[in-house]
Amino acid sequence: MFSLLRSMWLTFLHVFHKRETIQYPEQKAILPTRWRGRIVLSRDPDGGERCVACNLCAAACPVDCIALQATEDPTGRRYPEFFRINFSRCIFCGFCEDACPTYAIQLIPDFEMGEYNRQNLVYEKKDLLINGQGKYHGYNYYKVAGLAIGGKGKGEAENEAPPVDIRSLIP
Amino acid sequence: MATIYIDDKSYEVPTGKNLLEACLTLGKDLPYFCWHPAMGSIGACRQCAVKVYKDDNDTKGKLFMSCMEQVRDGMRISIADMEAKEFRAHVIGWLMTNHPHDCAVCDEGGACHLQDMTVMTGHNYRAYRFDKRTYINQYLGPFINHEMNRCIQCYRCVRYYKDYAGGKDLDVFAAHNHLYFGRHEDGVLESEFSGNLVEVCPTGVFTDKTLKQHYTRKWDLTMAPSVCHHCSLGCNISAGERYGTLRNITNRYNGEVNGYFLCDRGRFGYEHVNHVGRIRKPLVRAQLPEATDKYTALQAAAAAFRTGSVIGIGSPRASLESNFMLKTLVGDDNFHDGVSDNEHDLVCLALKILKEGAARTPSLWEVEQADAVFILGEDLLNTAPMLALAVRQSVRKQPSLEHISKANIPVWQDAAVRELMQDEMGPLFIATLHDTKFEEIATHTYHDSPDAIARLGFAVANFIQVDFPEVPGLNEDEIQLARQIADTLMAAKKPLLISGTHCGSERVLMATANIANALVAKEKEAGIVLTLPECNSMGLAMLGGHRLESAFGAILNGYADTVIILENDLYRRANEGMVTNFLKTAKNVIVLDHLHNATTEVAQILLAAGTFAEADGTLINNEGRAQRFFQVYPTGEDLQESWRWLGELGTLLHHDRISHWHGFDDVLQAMVKEMPEFKGIDAVAPGTDFRIAGQKIPRAPHRFSGRTAMLANINVNEPKPPVDPDAPLSYTMEGYRGQPPSSIIPFFWAPGWNSSQATNKYQQEVGGHLKGGDPGLRLIKPDTSKTAPFTQTVPQKFQPLEGHLYMLQLHHIFGSEELSMHSPPIVERAPEPYVLLNEEDAIQMKLQEGQSLSFTIEGQVYQLPVKISPIIRSGTAGMPAGLPGIPYAELPAWAILNRELKWKQQPQTTY
Repeated sequence: MFSLLRSMWLTFLHVFHKRETIQYPEQKAILPTRWRGRIVLSRDPDGGERCVACNLCAAACPVDCIALQATEDPTGRRYPEFFRINFSRCIFCGFCEDACPTYAIQLIPDFEMGEYNRQNLVYEKKDLLINGQGKYHGYNYYKVAGLAIGGKGKGEAENEAPPVDIRSLIP
Repeated sequence: MATIYIDDKSYEVPTGKNLLEACLTLGKDLPYFCWHPAMGSIGACRQCAVKVYKDDNDTKGKLFMSCMEQVRDGMRISIADMEAKEFRAHVIGWLMTNHPHDCAVCDEGGACHLQDMTVMTGHNYRAYRFDKRTYINQYLGPFINHEMNRCIQCYRCVRYYKDYAGGKDLDVFAAHNHLYFGRHEDGVLESEFSGNLVEVCPTGVFTDKTLKQHYTRKWDLTMAPSVCHHCSLGCNISAGERYGTLRNITNRYNGEVNGYFLCDRGRFGYEHVNHVGRIRKPLVRAQLPEATDKYTALQAAAAAFRTGSVIGIGSPRASLESNFMLKTLVGDDNFHDGVSDNEHDLVCLALKILKEGAARTPSLWEVEQADAVFILGEDLLNTAPMLALAVRQSVRKQPSLEHISKANIPVWQDAAVRELMQDEMGPLFIATLHDTKFEEIATHTYHDSPDAIARLGFAVANFIQVDFPEVPGLNEDEIQLARQIADTLMAAKKPLLISGTHCGSERVLMATANIANALVAKEKEAGIVLTLPECNSMGLAMLGGHRLESAFGAILNGYADTVIILENDLYRRANEGMVTNFLKTAKNVIVLDHLHNATTEVAQILLAAGTFAEADGTLINNEGRAQRFFQVYPTGEDLQESWRWLGELGTLLHHDRISHWHGFDDVLQAMVKEMPEFKGIDAVAPGTDFRIAGQKIPRAPHRFSGRTAMLANINVNEPKPPVDPDAPLSYTMEGYRGQPPSSIIPFFWAPGWNSSQATNKYQQEVGGHLKGGDPGLRLIKPDTSKTAPFTQTVPQKFQPLEGHLYMLQLHHIFGSEELSMHSPPIVERAPEPYVLLNEEDAIQMKLQEGQSLSFTIEGQVYQLPVKISPIIRSGTAGMPAGLPGIPYAELPAWAILNRELKWKQQPQTTY
């Protein structure tokens, strides 16, 4: 009998506690920035597409829900011709983000992706590409990679010596 | 055999090898860069260090480069020793200091030997934080992409390109820590074998430019074992597909045939598969719209069959199964083999020589072991490029065989062997129509008309064996040359004769057969290699068909009114007027092909046939080796193998035999039963029901990505994986993960070995035969008892004709072959149309380079720009064979010079 009353009393006390339940969807949950939600493709600080279509995200994906095709612009900069994620298969494990050498693919704190039609869960590049750097600021892959692209010649990247004069024999 | 102890475990290894080879053969993982099984050791990269102990009591040991150390009996070594491990990790650390951070955008990534070796040594994090060295890249032509930053200075590229393949225009420049591997200036790499740089380079300095157009990682390709369709040698290839298009061709090791390398035509000539001119749906021209489905087209074809009397025309570029199916469908009497009459005669003669001659035809690997070579009439670099590469190896190796045993140097010590050999070359005699780029390594070259080449050949046979026919009227030089050749061939242990159909002369073939028989009569282990026009010319000849001329006759004389043409553009086989007349006279023309061409234009019913990548089949190469190729990716039902189309047509017509065949295996079985010469062909590759542990062999690597997304744009519900009814291979990554039998290896991969260097794991002995034997079955055996002269008739001397030129065909590696000319990079390398004249003839005709010459061959008028050469025989001229834009003429033939278009004299100015 005592135990019963004690339980009721304790339950009653919760009336005065801070509320954990929020009025979703009127009120939005505050998610940590590392939350693994919807996947986006970001851009580098100069506004160029970060994705270089290296296929590592697709290879890392345990459910094989990423498909893409690489292509190049006339200056040699590589980018995906198409980039497709089938979110009806995605398990939001974040392996793709771990595998990405350019910080292009990122999982963001957004989970509101419900659809009535499963076909609408197939996201193409136009659905994925955002106009910003996402979680990782300031990184530009082509600034550290040795490949020459438009606007960055050989030897102009970070930690790169100017091109070798192959006609010189001086050490 | 010797016993060596690796990490205190004893192993039996063959002697004469180096430690690296021995360790790799034993399946040990030991990193290396500069060593290559085809090129030997130079000990430059310092990567393959192992500990070698003096004796049982030695606990300290010494570091040795395993590629530079010969196997000795009782040797004690350690791979796992800490010091050796650290040494290897350090070496790779140093190699990586200047290697750029661009794996993500590097085409080699995922199939990179440097990546594999870096992981193998455990060099996981980069310690070097300072400036990296950079280089300016070069333009190297339409095949190869250059990215010099990635270079690790292993020297493999120049060793392959210059020493192995005999190229001149790739070299190493500069010095110290800024070596540069490239050309002396931007430009197209001249070698016909430049594509192998992609596989020879351990990292991404040289990459496949055609793959770059539609880049796919190796792990994402669906690959199948295939056979190259671009010449008669039948090199083994691995073809890779993604998203429904063919992406690249890589080498598939076959110790007997192509070894580690391919020619550029084979590697880069695959774009016809993806061409916009592909026939992807059957067409019935009598209805609108023309494009229709499979059943309507089959019904239309069956109706045409029922009403008419039918003849069939086969093709040397179609598989054996397709030709056999057509032959069965139309009946033996109505099957014609769809090649020009001259080609028909030549190929039949070549087959007869191989069957009834005394000499054996060697494989390409055996060609490399020959110690004296005589080439009659063949421009190998352009007609059978990989054979040219094999001949180059034989010439390179021959002197070393002699000297090495004296000098006490192991064969694999590449640098030392080259130092010892200097420029010494083995005996090679070449008698051809024109310059062959081989002159520099030949002992002696002879350029003349086909008849003169044949006469030289007959003279050689006569000098070897006196009862062989004598050649009257040779000049002093020719007699001397013939004697020199005869003596050299007699002095050799394994003399080799090479000829073929490309100079268009039966007499040259007969002369070659005579020399071979004479050598065998003298109890020499002589070999004879005859190159043929196309990938399945041999199979078609063995199948036996009537001449194309009789097919024309049958239709024009009303004996038949319906013709069914299998993968064949008749406008490349006979005179334009004749073909047009033939196709017009025929009431019904049914064509099976994969690309639109002049013949398919006039077809009433056109059935969409699969290319080599969309079909299963068997090809028989020039040595009579039957080799199986497998479909790479599935197609819709409107596009299928020719043999399947014909089989379905036969079933629809209630053909008494064809309607009982269900699938590929039944066709093979029937062929074996009905034609004893194809005995054993059903065992070339495992049958359709072959399984390992109940599983098929996967075409895709286990890392294959995107399965649930690649078709999601069409429908998010994934379709059932396609099933292959004809092969023990699956189209997906599901299946048996171990090593499959050698004939069905879709790609080379082993744990930790993602690059093509994984081939090591599939060989019995590194650089040797594949485990379970090299794939392919030789169907032809020589008759060693027949050492009598093959023929007694010796041709007359060539006599020029006034007002005529004896027109010969000149072949081009890029341009002469039909299918590869649908690949843009190959087209870029193809020559412009020309006619090649002798210098003196040109002066006499008052023609200069670039001016046009008009002539007529069998009623076909030609007007071509003139090229002038001092080499081609006066009275003869050359025309590129098979080049698009030049109408067909059966060559060699006499060309009548058109006098009315005589060169006008320049008006002279007088002062």
